[in-house]
Amino acid sequence: MNRRPVFLITMLCFGFAFFYIPILSMMVYSFNGSRLATVWGGFSTKWYISLFSNKQVLAAAILSIKIAVVSATMATILGTMAGIALARFKKFRGRTLFSGLVTAPLVMPEVITGIASLMLFILMAEYLGWPSKRGFTTVTLAHITFSMVFVTTIVHSRLVQADDDIEEAAMDLGSRPWQVMKDITLPVISPAILSGWLLAFTISLDDVVITNFTTGPGATTLPILIWSKVKLGVTPDINALATITVLIVGIGVAIAGWLLNRAERRRELDAQLAYRDNK
Amino acid sequence: MNEPHHDSRFQRWFNRRGWIKITIATPYVWLILFFLLPFAIVLAMSFATRTPTAPPFSFGGDYPLLNTRTYHRLVEDSLYIRAYLTSIFNAVIATLMCLLIGYPMALGLTRVSKSWRNILLMLVILPFWTSFLLRVYAWMGLMGTNSWFNKLITSGYNYLVPAEDALRYIPMMNTNFAVVLVTVYSYLPFMILPLFANLEKLDFTLNEAAMDLGSRPSRVFLDVTLPQSVPGIIAGSMLVFIPASGELIIPSLVGSSSRPMIGRVISDEFASARDWPMASAVAVALLLLLVVPLMVYTYFDGKAHEKIKSSGGADA
Repeated sequence: MNRRPVFLITMLCFGFAFFYIPILSMMVYSFNGSRLATVWGGFSTKWYISLFSNKQVLAAAILSIKIAVVSATMATILGTMAGIALARFKKFRGRTLFSGLVTAPLVMPEVITGIASLMLFILMAEYLGWPSKRGFTTVTLAHITFSMVFVTTIVHSRLVQADDDIEEAAMDLGSRPWQVMKDITLPVISPAILSGWLLAFTISLDDVVITNFTTGPGATTLPILIWSKVKLGVTPDINALATITVLIVGIGVAIAGWLLNRAERRRELDAQLAYRDNK
Repeated sequence: MNEPHHDSRFQRWFNRRGWIKITIATPYVWLILFFLLPFAIVLAMSFATRTPTAPPFSFGGDYPLLNTRTYHRLVEDSLYIRAYLTSIFNAVIATLMCLLIGYPMALGLTRVSKSWRNILLMLVILPFWTSFLLRVYAWMGLMGTNSWFNKLITSGYNYLVPAEDALRYIPMMNTNFAVVLVTVYSYLPFMILPLFANLEKLDFTLNEAAMDLGSRPSRVFLDVTLPQSVPGIIAGSMLVFIPASGELIIPSLVGSSSRPMIGRVISDEFASARDWPMASAVAVALLLLLVVPLMVYTYFDGKAHEKIKSSGGADA
């Protein structure tokens, strides 16, 4: 279209202002000297200093990362298995229930998943004696369960898109199915597995509601610590924490985007060169 | 190939069919244990009676699993009905607002140059990767009575109304307005991304043909673009509406406590009142009212699409 879509561009500007003004405002106010979080009282970095000297915050952050690494790794293994099962094994007993089970957690309100998991853990402790107390184990189990289905979705859609020509060729050449899976299918979907892990990691790192239900005393993750503080109102040190989070994530995403862009450009260049050589 | 006669029995079994069984069974058993079983417990719990013991429930009566007393209370006590209505109302308004803001943004994203598009898409996704809780928190700072944002909105309001109606500030925190605003803010990417994925695939030559035949841009949009984007609208609305109706964080932080949403009712019944049967019944009702109908709808909708696609593929 040669006409400039003025209205659409205006809406884009408005939308991005809506996205980023609250975040920017929060970042500016993290340098606020006043104790009153919403009244400007001069530039200061004291909230950052108090944040870095706060051992509770550090311990919570470390616990969150531990839980996120363990649960993302387990969720990736289980989720990839489920994705492969749904995409490559067309017929097995209970397939309908299985595909229901991997979609349901995606749309389940978190409160319900939270109380359901908590009741399970309490009853397990009551009648099986394991897990004896709520904390790292119960939170990790709950996180694996609701983040593995995201991995499944990513792996499944990658497998459905990917050609199975190479797999069939390898089969025809006498490879056993398991070898094909190990040497061809898994390498092909490795980018999907990696992004699945990252998604599971961030979901776990970010979760409040399910963690809030399944955790116990002594196992405070960073979101739970923030949650218990912000329930009481706006506090300046949370602004500082938020600013650090946004900066880490922003820089990470920017680097990832730059790397992907570069790889894509290189591939295009290679394709052009190959095309020219073949002419 | 490595020499097969050295393989152990397990290895032979594994190479033949075993790995398939393991691949299916491991996630299957996991989901049954940690997802299906908890829901069976919730369902059973909704028929139990609350007791002051630990764990605080018992199954009694002649028909322990048909004791519907909790459900009677659910219908009779207006607290629950009002909470459902508030949730549905807030979620519907938030979904419509997301659609009104997200649709033009998604359409705009399809019209900018490719390099801009990649940057802007990254900017849509970026807030996703930062903490949900902190994004809600950012609005707590903006909506407070002393904040620059509140002052800005208040002065705009005072400019529009006669002087005697002027306000010192607008009470935004702890209202349903705040819940809707923050819900729109938090879930807008869920609306934009599926809409963009849908709109990007549309055949633009149809629009050009309609333009060439003399249609006005508004007619082209209504007759060509909009009908083709219905799947994207449905997908985006679903992704906003379902979590928005069961939302717990947003109403707890910025919502009104006199008109709670259903997520908060479930959480309070469970944690504060220690009434497991009631919390379970409210959860079951929420699932039956909202989630299950929408899931069934998406399931059949997806089936229909698959059918269209596969028949189209057979023709080609």
